[in-house]
Amino acid sequence: MDPALRPSVDEVWHWLSEVPDPEIPVISLTDLGIIRDVAWQGDTLVVTVTPTYSGCPATTVINLDIETALRDKGLSRVRLERQLSPAWTTDWISAGGREKLKAYGIAPPVDGTAADGVLMKRIDRLSGRSNLTIACPRCGSTNTEKISQFGSTPCKASYRCTDCLEPFDYFKCI
Amino acid sequence: MATAALDPAARQAALYEFLLRIGDNVLILGHRVSEWCGHSPVLEEDIALANTALDLIGQTQLWLGLAGEVEGKGRSADDIAYLRDGYAFRNLLLVERPNGDFGKTLMRQFLFDAWHYLLLKALKGSSDARIAEIAEKAFKEVSYHLDRSRDLVIRLGDGTAESHRRMQAALDDLWPFTGEMFMSDAMDGELVEAGIIPAPQSLKAGWDEIVAEALAEGTLKKPADGYMHKGGRRGVHTEHLGYILSELQFLQRAYPGATW
Repeated sequence: MDPALRPSVDEVWHWLSEVPDPEIPVISLTDLGIIRDVAWQGDTLVVTVTPTYSGCPATTVINLDIETALRDKGLSRVRLERQLSPAWTTDWISAGGREKLKAYGIAPPVDGTAADGVLMKRIDRLSGRSNLTIACPRCGSTNTEKISQFGSTPCKASYRCTDCLEPFDYFKCI
Repeated sequence: MATAALDPAARQAALYEFLLRIGDNVLILGHRVSEWCGHSPVLEEDIALANTALDLIGQTQLWLGLAGEVEGKGRSADDIAYLRDGYAFRNLLLVERPNGDFGKTLMRQFLFDAWHYLLLKALKGSSDARIAEIAEKAFKEVSYHLDRSRDLVIRLGDGTAESHRRMQAALDDLWPFTGEMFMSDAMDGELVEAGIIPAPQSLKAGWDEIVAEALAEGTLKKPADGYMHKGGRRGVHTEHLGYILSELQFLQRAYPGATW
């Protein structure tokens, strides 16, 4: 590609901000924080991506979507690189992304709730309650309880609101 | 350092062996746990088991992918998983134990998770950056696995008379398969000296503590340490592995190179 015609790295970031996550289409790949770098290496555009969970089936689709989006913009030499470290964390989900998750009915991650292999207090465990409040994305109540640390995708846990009684997904911390 | 004497070919062989050991553990356990998909007692547990299996299979891709890279013969993670015979597998005998009932599956998971958690925690500080970064990723996932399996072992141990009986029976049955996690051989020794992996026996004290605490809270009685089965780490398996492989590998064996 003629260097003069190359899109800037900023422009590519903007294009990627319009590529939706295949599982949760209300947020984009940049909202999710999985695009770690965009750079030109000679005449090849290199996009560095980090996986959310090592076995997440969406990873392959995400890579395909990135490549398709960039080819649609006229880029023919694109290379995707996987970066494992630093490992992805929900802290990288943008503020805008968190709002979009909430509006979509998924409670956004609450800092400090990641599993660390050390169980919460027995009373919390037995009552299913967490010592950190996760608000119901529908009615906003903080009277919620954990049903399971695992949910409909690797990145989510299952919760229930004890006020409006609706079950909901929680984007768990990792 | 003593490792200066280790020639590169021996180092590479030891590293490949270690990657098979860890990769085969997560591959075989991931496959075992996935057998529950659609059969669990409640929906939430079905989902939790499937998610756990998915994490383990994802980690398999990373470990066996690196094994292929280290081996240097152009084999992918899939080639290594699908095209080796039983004798070439290096997983612990514990992970190939049949699922049994839900309690036994959970007990096996807990005994494995506590060890896996400590192993990955140590591997995050590996002198081999490729190993350290996979460990960093997997550790986050395994922290969730351990939280769940420990919680359920306690709940079911300290549950009804029937759930308690089943959990104790599972523990007694699986206990003789736990010793293999802490055994080591010359292959380990070379990597331990190079700071690539922790000495297997160094994980024992931490594991004992996690296990003893959960068993006490779950009112379960820790079995006495008697004879411990071994062999998986050097390719000598129980008959159960053959059945797993016949299902796991069937497609690629019957239709080599099939894709869809």
